[in-house]
Amino acid sequence: MYNFDFERPSTVDEAVKALQAEDAQALGGGQTLIPTLKQRLAAPAKLVSLAGIAAMRFVKTEGGKLCVGGGTPHAVVADEAAKSFPALAKLAANIGDPAVRNKGTVGGSLANNDPSACYPSAALACGATIVTNSREITADDFFQGMFETALEEGEIITEVRFPIPQAANYQKFEQPASRFALTGIFVAKYPDGVRVAVTGASGDGVFRWTEAEKALSANFSADAIAGLSVDPDGMIEDLHGSAAYRAHLVKVLTGRAVTAAR
Amino acid sequence: MPKVSMTVNGKPVSGEVEGRTLLVQFLRETLGLTGTHVGCDTSQCGACTVHVGGKSVKSCTTFALDCDGAEVATIEGMANADGSLGTIQQAFQDHHGLQCGFCTPGMVMSAAALLKENPKPTEAEVRHYLEGNICRCTGYHNIVKAILAASGQDISAIAAE
Repeated sequence: MYNFDFERPSTVDEAVKALQAEDAQALGGGQTLIPTLKQRLAAPAKLVSLAGIAAMRFVKTEGGKLCVGGGTPHAVVADEAAKSFPALAKLAANIGDPAVRNKGTVGGSLANNDPSACYPSAALACGATIVTNSREITADDFFQGMFETALEEGEIITEVRFPIPQAANYQKFEQPASRFALTGIFVAKYPDGVRVAVTGASGDGVFRWTEAEKALSANFSADAIAGLSVDPDGMIEDLHGSAAYRAHLVKVLTGRAVTAAR
Repeated sequence: MPKVSMTVNGKPVSGEVEGRTLLVQFLRETLGLTGTHVGCDTSQCGACTVHVGGKSVKSCTTFALDCDGAEVATIEGMANADGSLGTIQQAFQDHHGLQCGFCTPGMVMSAAALLKENPKPTEAEVRHYLEGNICRCTGYHNIVKAILAASGQDISAIAAE
């Protein structure tokens, strides 16, 4: 790892200011960034740790939404959202392993937008609002392809607001070595329709399976998608699974998620 | 160089570190607490697991400067005050929960974090909790047995397997 300056501000304003330095990079829980630095795939001049910002660590419900501070570790979401939004709590409880969940944060996961990460599927399926130090971004506008987001240089995710669905479920087909989603499906049912978000499958990162959404909005049962199929074109193909295998998983897991949705 | 101060196993410590200094380097190289092991250095194996603020973390994937002011606990703090083995450590010895011993510091720290959250875990819960701790010798069976025994539960049923 190349060396860098390290700052640990205690407020969002201080962090935003610190990030204005040349080649400065925000550090969430570091569970992806630190291994990346070790491989010398990134070489920031300065790291600005967000871990000291107490105001970015919270889980609360407000007006039918679950609001999570951008710096909240997965383990805290798993505990504190268990009653208000159990599907999201269960997703958080199965990211990585316990030590990773104690460090990794929801803001960090969304800002990184790994194509196989769990959280982007929940944010997109719920139509979450991603709140930054300067604006609010809808999930539909936020995710812009593998590791790409709408975030500007130096912009920090301070809060994520998930509208709490009537019923939801996350099905993760786990790649057992990395514990990332080989394919993961988040299904969320709202009064105005059903949303289905897919992670781990597409080379462009998380996406909505709109055909299934239409079918499930008319009939919320696994039978409703029986006649649909997913185009393997553009799916990730690697040693863990072919594009066709992932396309198949999308349909199977969506059916399971619908059946298990509570 | 920047200075970092924290409490390690109840004692205040401080030292000069670089921005890139990992917590595990600070523990091992600055403080000489070599009980915490670096296995994979890629946050997969869990041999470096310590507690920061009472929560298990991988010290190879945590910066020392991010622990400024924190309470850190390592394997060196797990023994009883008189130097005898703590409950979890003793259970690992009694149930042969180790062979080469390289992963053991991380296993014990993860076990301690688990039993704090969940004092009477089931076998399945123990196995799930150890997902981030890799052992290449034991096949995990005796580690799981040791942790269940340390929780005060009857392990005669799984001991017979």
